[in-house]
Amino acid sequence: MTETDLRTHAEDIHDQFSDHLDVTVDEVEERLHTLVEEYKVPLDEARRSVTSHYLDEADMEREDLGGGGTTERVDVADVDEPEQWVDVTAKVVELWDPRSDAVAQVGLLGDESGTIKFTKWAKSDLPELEEGAVYDLRNVVTDEYQGRYSVKLNRTTVVERLEEDLEVGQDTKTVEGALVDIQSGSGLIKRCPEEGCTRVLQNGRCSEHGDVEGEFDLRIKAVIDDGDEAHDVLFDREATEELTGMTLEEAKDMAMDALDTTVVADEMATDILGRYYRVTGPTFRRYVLADEVERLDEAADPEAVLIKARSM
Amino acid sequence: MSASPSREVARRVFASEFNDATYTFKESDDERAPLYALLPTGERVNRVFFVGTLTEKEDVGEESEYWRGRVVDPTGTFFVYAGQYQPGPASTLRSLEPPAYVAVAGKPRTFETDDGTVNVSVRPESITEVDAATRDRWVVETAEQTLDRIEAVDSDTNEYGVMAREQYDLPVENYRRDVIEALESLEDETADTEAEVTD
Repeated sequence: MTETDLRTHAEDIHDQFSDHLDVTVDEVEERLHTLVEEYKVPLDEARRSVTSHYLDEADMEREDLGGGGTTERVDVADVDEPEQWVDVTAKVVELWDPRSDAVAQVGLLGDESGTIKFTKWAKSDLPELEEGAVYDLRNVVTDEYQGRYSVKLNRTTVVERLEEDLEVGQDTKTVEGALVDIQSGSGLIKRCPEEGCTRVLQNGRCSEHGDVEGEFDLRIKAVIDDGDEAHDVLFDREATEELTGMTLEEAKDMAMDALDTTVVADEMATDILGRYYRVTGPTFRRYVLADEVERLDEAADPEAVLIKARSM
Repeated sequence: MSASPSREVARRVFASEFNDATYTFKESDDERAPLYALLPTGERVNRVFFVGTLTEKEDVGEESEYWRGRVVDPTGTFFVYAGQYQPGPASTLRSLEPPAYVAVAGKPRTFETDDGTVNVSVRPESITEVDAATRDRWVVETAEQTLDRIEAVDSDTNEYGVMAREQYDLPVENYRRDVIEALESLEDETADTEAEVTD
């Protein structure tokens, strides 16, 4: 634990009491310092203890404390900077299997604004989060990896389970670029007809229900690449029909004539591969689910770039 | 969210610079580690996307089909080779009648000739016929991204810029001129079309 961290926590506590008590940041820091450095009390415990001390002194209840402090309460979709200390109220949407022993839990948190990945370190010694439950998480740190943001729960994080539910909003994203690849499992596909199962059949088999009489559907799994990042985009039947101008009935007829379903994806590829698109939709795992699709075919304007090139 | 973590982005580069990217390297000892070509403007490339005019195609295979296509952009020519392991692109090359605008996604490949020169070519993943508007958009996009690379190449924190200075003796000024020429060729074209309309 560095001095800067202690100072930050001291300022945090000080802010909470500055209206009620005549106390300086230095005094708060000294109390924290004694507990943490001399008595080796974990920081969150030390913070709690120091806060309790001042609550007594000010004759206040814990509930009386406002947000205050240096951590900001944010919506998860607004996280756009790494290494910020923030508070969030969010639902555990999914828990994933941690790939490292250093990680106790990893998954997806969501609030009205969208979702964000979270990581809870093993050494943070925090309570187990349950899927579907809503928590108030105070003092989590934001992080960024390859343009994606996450929050880390650490030893100073305060976890409080709330007895309420919240509606998790969908993140929507717009990607723009060349459609450079159409992946297998695209075109005319068959889905498992079992109630609630919509798995795509492989050679007439559902991985859950075995051999079944599948139902035809259209979809495209494509990659839209802007030269800087490659995005996976999923077009459902409606979006596929809009993108390619081919309806499910036409696709079935085409496959029937050729006695082969792969002709559909080949035909679609001819029409869409190598063209530029702008696609907007909610994100699911690594996919953007195409809601709005726009072909970018207006004349390109070289003027601005030319001015830049000449001035360099 | 972006694509599968392992998917390599398709860089935008003009033919003149691409053909100068003769130095290749891997970033790990793993056999399956991706092979990168190094652009003289300081970027690693494992995949490219370009749009140009297919001007010639020829089956240069001996026992089996092996198609070579010449795809021309405003700065030079991309050489595209597709054989039996690229059935889609090979069949597209077989059926296309040059001249035609094509969009190509593929991997850079280098081979050394007997006299020691290194040739850079493309092993296509896909080739599709497109229209002039798509070609023009690619030229502007590639010009932008080339300028971005030129601006960043001299920074000491740009790992691939440093590598490019070590490996090549190719002034990036050449590529800036190519960018200008490429963009001017679009402007001329637009002017021509407008002239035709007013005639």
